[in-house]
Amino acid sequence: MLDLSKYNSLGEALRVALDRWPNEICLIEADRDRENARFTYRQFKEAALPLARALQDAGFKSSTRAAIIMTNQSKWLISAYAIFFCGGVLVPLDYKLTPGEQLQLLAHSHAEFLIVEYHLWRAITQDPAFSSLAARVILVTEAPANADLHGAHRWKHFRGTLEPSFVPRARNDAACIVYSSGTGGNPKGCVLTHENYLEQCIALTSLYPFWPGVRYLSILPTNHAIDFMVGFIGPFTCGATVVHLRTLRPEYIRKAFTRYKITYMSLVPMVLKNLERGLRDRFAALPLSRRKMLNALIAANRALTRRRPHLGISRALLGQVHAAFGGELRALFVGGAFTEPATLQFFYDLGILVGNGYGCTEAGTVITVNDFRPFRADTVGKPLPGIEVKIVNPDSDGVGEVATRSKMVMSHYLDAPEMTSEAIVSGWLMTGDLGRLDSSGHLQLFGRKKNMIVTEEGKNIYPEDIENALEGVAVKEFCIFATNYLWPARTMVGEKLVIVLHSESGNSLDSAAVSEISERNRRLLNYKRLSGYLVWDRDFPRTASLKIKRGELAEMIRQTLTRDAVIPL
Amino acid sequence: MPTLEKTTDEILALAAVHFKVSRAELKPEDDFYKKLGLNSLQTLDLLTRLEQHFQIELPDYELQGVSDFRTLAERIHARL
Repeated sequence: MLDLSKYNSLGEALRVALDRWPNEICLIEADRDRENARFTYRQFKEAALPLARALQDAGFKSSTRAAIIMTNQSKWLISAYAIFFCGGVLVPLDYKLTPGEQLQLLAHSHAEFLIVEYHLWRAITQDPAFSSLAARVILVTEAPANADLHGAHRWKHFRGTLEPSFVPRARNDAACIVYSSGTGGNPKGCVLTHENYLEQCIALTSLYPFWPGVRYLSILPTNHAIDFMVGFIGPFTCGATVVHLRTLRPEYIRKAFTRYKITYMSLVPMVLKNLERGLRDRFAALPLSRRKMLNALIAANRALTRRRPHLGISRALLGQVHAAFGGELRALFVGGAFTEPATLQFFYDLGILVGNGYGCTEAGTVITVNDFRPFRADTVGKPLPGIEVKIVNPDSDGVGEVATRSKMVMSHYLDAPEMTSEAIVSGWLMTGDLGRLDSSGHLQLFGRKKNMIVTEEGKNIYPEDIENALEGVAVKEFCIFATNYLWPARTMVGEKLVIVLHSESGNSLDSAAVSEISERNRRLLNYKRLSGYLVWDRDFPRTASLKIKRGELAEMIRQTLTRDAVIPL
Repeated sequence: MPTLEKTTDEILALAAVHFKVSRAELKPEDDFYKKLGLNSLQTLDLLTRLEQHFQIELPDYELQGVSDFRTLAERIHARL
């Protein structure tokens, strides 16, 4: 791999990588059983540089901000490289946000350029807030021939003919603005520097190396912090191959493993759980004698890998299971949400390593990961090399808020000095998660201090971001909380949201208001839905500027009501 | 070409069989996440069954922002 300590920017490192391994395959885009595109490092460069030149011809300069809204595909990476080549700041937006939310974040980020897939662009143009879009150059991919692009350019025709000029950046310059939350009005745009990414890549690849011939299966969109690092920067700076799969359907994921002989893959707990379920079903369907044989082999593998993994032994003992994963899988990475230890242990016993990690966007992606020396299903592993982790204000059990310090922690939240100073205290990033470091330095997580939930799909949901969708309902005031914030619980699973309703007439709540909330709740994305409501009979405490004092209200509720008071919606 | 009503009806019938619920319990306006207790992967599974039934291809993103049978039927109908 490249020695990333010698480079100043992602653009510089990627540029060198594209020349270092010209004939290696860097990117394959697969969709179901089809292969849409395949690029060598040279071909990738040849696809990206004319785009970079056209961007420059359109006035793209050093520090210009450019947003990408796309699903998981090759043009995401080609566009991102062109942006970095031109010295730009990339704003990767989640394609699953609503068009209104995307417009809000585009406005907040001041992105001058936007690169977007046609079906997403069409939805954006139909949004009432579309006229507020300030991006001056818009490139649309996969647009049908006769589509009305509303003034946007076709990505495939947006090509310059002359050589673009490479624009160098310094290590502390912004590389990306990544939104960790804030579609409800308080956008948290994490400004991550080139150093943040380069150092994260050095740390991660020291534990999980890539090299030419390694094939990484990418099913998460590249706007996802994990995929951006291990499905783009990591493999590309090591001469490895990224295989994009444009569907999340389990049957095609299974086929991709064998067709492309995958080495690594990242996934969220829900997909891992689904893989587990599929395997358990297949095992259960075996004739009794074969099932007994399999169980004996699993037991043997468990005994032989107790201290550390032995991939060779596991592949020999459990060849058929490993063949279903392509036979060359070295590890799956799981993160973004809590994974149950039983699931991790299930895969480890089969000799399939699952690198269970913990991190957040603000910390530059990964903070801790399991290093398998030895495997520990009950923890999220040790801090990566170069990362310090401490527990702030631990209780008698040693559980307190997890704080981290490293060269990977973001620079700041965009245009939000107050939020930045709350999040980064004396150089330490306060994560808002509750955890404990055990005697061997492994981090165990126990819950959250902050008012938010994380779904199995790895989505971070902040109550404030959902309140917009409920504005105008016929109650005097309302406020949304994570139940585990109201009533702290030492768990990272089954997190739910509840709405606290204070009606005009005190205790009696209008049934029409509840129906209206229920209806609006139904229209929310499934992972943002409220599980129930609480009836509250007093005015909410508010600041001088009339903002709800959420902490104080939560404390009042905690003193008066229990979880049993939640009425399901 | 079948009517939207017929497409909707076929979707409901297929969902009822696949998720082992009574057809009479499902209505076009039902939220399938809630009614059938599905997560996003299970809805992709439903999409695969529907593709096989209608002999069309539905990209994963067609499910984005869709949670009721009626809207799903409209998306499918547009591709028939």
